[in-house]
Amino acid sequence: MNGPSRLRITVLQILVMVGFLLVWHITTTTALFAEPKKMQFFFSTPIDVIARTWKQLSGGEIWYHLGVTLTETVLAFIFGATGGVLCGFVFARKELLAAVFDPYIKAANALPRVVLAPIFALWFGLGIWSKVALGFTLVFFIVFFAVYQGVREVSQTVLANARMLGMNEQQLMRHVYWPAAMTWMFSSLHTSVGFALVGAVVGEYLGSSAGLGYKIHEAESVFDVTGVFSGMLILTIFVLILDAIVTMIENRLLVWRPGQASTGANS
Amino acid sequence: MQEAAAVADTRAAASAAIALSGIDITFNLKDGGRYQAVKDISVSVADGEFVAVVGPTGCGKSTLLNAAAGLLRPSAGAVGILGEPLSGLNLRAGYLFQLDALMPWKTALQNVSVALEPQGVPAREAEERAREWLARVGLRAFTDRYPHMLSGGQKKRVALAQVLIRNPKILLMDEPFGPLDAQTRQIMGNLLLDLWSKDRKAVMFVTHDLEEAISLSDRVVVMSAGPAATIVGDYRVSLKRPRDIADIRLDRDFHEIHRQIWQTLKVEVQRAYAAGEGRDMA
Repeated sequence: MNGPSRLRITVLQILVMVGFLLVWHITTTTALFAEPKKMQFFFSTPIDVIARTWKQLSGGEIWYHLGVTLTETVLAFIFGATGGVLCGFVFARKELLAAVFDPYIKAANALPRVVLAPIFALWFGLGIWSKVALGFTLVFFIVFFAVYQGVREVSQTVLANARMLGMNEQQLMRHVYWPAAMTWMFSSLHTSVGFALVGAVVGEYLGSSAGLGYKIHEAESVFDVTGVFSGMLILTIFVLILDAIVTMIENRLLVWRPGQASTGANS
Repeated sequence: MQEAAAVADTRAAASAAIALSGIDITFNLKDGGRYQAVKDISVSVADGEFVAVVGPTGCGKSTLLNAAAGLLRPSAGAVGILGEPLSGLNLRAGYLFQLDALMPWKTALQNVSVALEPQGVPAREAEERAREWLARVGLRAFTDRYPHMLSGGQKKRVALAQVLIRNPKILLMDEPFGPLDAQTRQIMGNLLLDLWSKDRKAVMFVTHDLEEAISLSDRVVVMSAGPAATIVGDYRVSLKRPRDIADIRLDRDFHEIHRQIWQTLKVEVQRAYAAGEGRDMA
């Protein structure tokens, strides 16, 4: 039997959203549970949030903040992924190095990175670099472990075959190890882009003067619940667009992979 | 006509393409024990000769092949390749693996042309020659496919082109058609014989399929059940060439050879199963 049809799923998905908005709307605009004014202070209303979001998106200011967050995300991703690929690659090829550093890497990875945010603010100031640093620490380990694992688990048959074709170390690097490493880097793409964004937003939230995290924090500090929810909505739209772009890049670059499927967003 | 051939190592080893003499291979197991896979094996493959090595599963025939390829150093004994002692990898041989050995991130064309890079062939020329080879193995229309878009048989064709484009003097084949279905195996066998007949490389072909061994080769070497496998039979196959793999199985001489070799092989297969060795060290 076939699964449920695409149309049916879409209709049901829309129904879930409508239902959620309806419940939200009714609880905050009627006196069903409490006085509407009080409810709206805590929960705002869907119409207000959507109206505010629309107003923000059609105004110019939010784009500046989005631009800042995007810059931080992209920089954190580029530095983190580059560092992760290089370190993962070297560690996978040098047994001794990996063995010596193993406990330290595990320890560093076990540390909740959020606690570093104030330190980074101290070191790199309140501008974008402290957020990039936070994103870097998140992205680096994801890519590092993926590449490390990937390079170590290159198919022994593929490797033996390449050797039997007469490839030297450099050629093996170029035709076998490097493509394997890149594969794993890309397979962790969704997760690592998500974490780059988390780094940026959390960093902004904890101390900055620009970016989506800052906007949300600003709204929170004056108990502007509509502003907070609107900021979250914009953030969500932003993440979905970013994820769609990642999927596009992935499909293009990993065309050789059988049954290529996305690894799912994680942010 | 098909009596047991003289033991191989009595021939002048210097003229042989592959000369294994007194090969012992012992593995150190993880639990501290030792496993002797093959013991004191001497066998040689003459220039232009197609030799099949058969034996029960787990007898160490692939291990022996790996020793000839230089992928594995024997614990004792000597490997001679074209009259020279082998040290390191045997780069004068092409090796066809049982499992998928193509680089999954390269197209068929790239997989074949990259095989010429170690020889310093310029990329343009390598690509042209790779195209020719893919056409020769019947994949003219599939050059831009990635391995996962190819069937098992097509992947083997690419692997064959990848190995043969380097024009090695020796071919080492480790149950290359093992994972394929019966019809595809026959087609691949005929393709192999057709390509081989052009320049008659020395071939060492490992298989557990006796019919395949006889229909392809000039000589069938039978290995005993492991551990410490040795050679228990060496038979000449003097069926006429060119052969068609499917047709030759109906030949009366084929049956006679098969009967003879099977009498030896059967004992080993039964021993292998009795000892429960069929499972590991394949």
